[in-house]
Amino acid sequence: MSVDTITSVVAAAEHTGAGASPLVTNLAILVLAGFVGYAVISKVPNTLHTPLMSGTNAIHGIVVLGGLLLLATGPDLGFVTQLILFVALVFGVINVIGGFVVTDRMLEMFKSKPTPKADADADREGAAR
Amino acid sequence: MTALGTPAPLASFLTDANFKSVLYIVAFALFIYGLSGLTGPKTAVRGNRIAAVGMVIAVVTTLLVDPFHNPLLIILGVVIGVAIGVPAAQRVKMTAMPQMVALFNGVGGGAVALIAWAEFRQSGGFAFTPTYIVIFSLFSAIVGSVSFWGSNVAFAKLQELISGAPKTLGALQLPAQVLTGVVAVGSAVAITAGTDSELLMVLLLVAAGVFGVLLVLPIGGADMPVVISLLNAFTGLAAAAAGVALDNQALIVAGMIVGASGTILTQQMAVAMNRTILSVIAGGFGGGTTAAAGPAGAAGGTVRSTSASDVAIQMAYAQQVVIVPGYGMAVSQAQHAVREMAKLLEEKGVTVKYAIHPVAGRMPGHMNVLLAEADVPYEQLKEMDDINGEFKRTDVSLVIGANDVTNPDARNKADSPIYGMPILNVDESKSTIVLKRSMSSGYAGIDNPLFVDPKTSMLFGDAKGSVEAITEELKAL
Repeated sequence: MSVDTITSVVAAAEHTGAGASPLVTNLAILVLAGFVGYAVISKVPNTLHTPLMSGTNAIHGIVVLGGLLLLATGPDLGFVTQLILFVALVFGVINVIGGFVVTDRMLEMFKSKPTPKADADADREGAAR
Repeated sequence: MTALGTPAPLASFLTDANFKSVLYIVAFALFIYGLSGLTGPKTAVRGNRIAAVGMVIAVVTTLLVDPFHNPLLIILGVVIGVAIGVPAAQRVKMTAMPQMVALFNGVGGGAVALIAWAEFRQSGGFAFTPTYIVIFSLFSAIVGSVSFWGSNVAFAKLQELISGAPKTLGALQLPAQVLTGVVAVGSAVAITAGTDSELLMVLLLVAAGVFGVLLVLPIGGADMPVVISLLNAFTGLAAAAAGVALDNQALIVAGMIVGASGTILTQQMAVAMNRTILSVIAGGFGGGTTAAAGPAGAAGGTVRSTSASDVAIQMAYAQQVVIVPGYGMAVSQAQHAVREMAKLLEEKGVTVKYAIHPVAGRMPGHMNVLLAEADVPYEQLKEMDDINGEFKRTDVSLVIGANDVTNPDARNKADSPIYGMPILNVDESKSTIVLKRSMSSGYAGIDNPLFVDPKTSMLFGDAKGSVEAITEELKAL
């Protein structure tokens, strides 16, 4: 799909009908994302629950976008608002970066362990189950 | 917004709303694809990195605004955040992972709450803001603040800065919780109705914060992983709400995925511990009955204590040894010592397997991470359903600091608080050795008949010290 097609699909979604407000569009996205989250996570094995929790933890660090957006678009915020947003930004960055690094460290331990032979064993076991 | 198809100079193309929407779609497609990778250990590392790439795209997209304000503040904020977050994440010990996750979750929640506060200030107390945006914004403020303070209490408990035991205000607990909840929601309603006093906004944040503290304080250490997972889901929902308020789809999608997945994860963990989420929140588990329960010996039966050399001989001549690691092993950081002991046993021709209960350690899967860190081969780690049939064929089960997950009462005693909880059938093995500090009961605060079983012997002491002593004896054999 070309960028043009996608943009027109998005534009169409944004302007569905006479007066579909951004609220309706956003609520639709909200509900769909909820089901996607459900579908993805129900397949994760117990073994990986701690990394998963830490991985999703990193993803909700996306709130940092809120801080960035308000700071980047606000011409004259005033000192206190700037300070609040600055702290929010620092918090958000810690959440995102820290979360991804910690998850990566945990997962590396799982990855490096199995030798090629062990891998084959695990596969056979999986098939037998 | 540039009309579609109209040629536009590069700069205005970059800041075009449709172009940014497309980049956001790319970003959350990468989140979903990356998270799907977490379904298997082989694809997980790549999955996590793909999600991180999605995050970078989302951040860059957000910064495509013209004119661009406060650049210095933004750069400084990112630099400080990286300077704190990266070393913390790199240095934290694997055993301390649950509290690290709690802390990272907390700052995320704090960020949401602060962003809502800034929005309130910037819009002059939501003076001309559509009502639905005000509602979503205040929702994110309340939930974010609950998550921030709740996570910090969870961190403090796990880090043992404060006692991990359940703490309540006694008879005042429920009224205090209701009061703070009502004040927070009441402030939100007043602001939505048009009050633009900032005092009310601060009151909302404070009340929600106190509510968060009161929510987590009464919860015992064993339930803490469930709480962290729940607060994780909260932060996700708060982020999604903030996304609606800011009309930012990347925030909505990412926040909602975390909200949904966190809720499921919380539910699964609660089920694995035979508890409902509500009973976890109600708290008190692990403290109430501790005082009443005497030492396990009091339940009738004799406790046999054994020595490291006996344990070493017993295991060295076994066909199969199953190691059952628990919270006690995690606390004394004995995983490397255990791995060394297992190596010696394998050299003597003994088959060694590890039985992992879904909630062993402090989080589901936490034990796997610890053992993986100590180079235990992945294929030796057996999940509960795979190993339970094998105990009958096992000569020695070595239980290292695991209490409740091996308690036969969960199968046999209908009035036990843990009745119905799936456990490891250690008691079916030919003999059991339990490494434990003392006869004190576990988190659930209940007796464990396994300890007085005629086939069981106890080796008292710190898990790490005991394992090292056994290893020395094995070397001498």
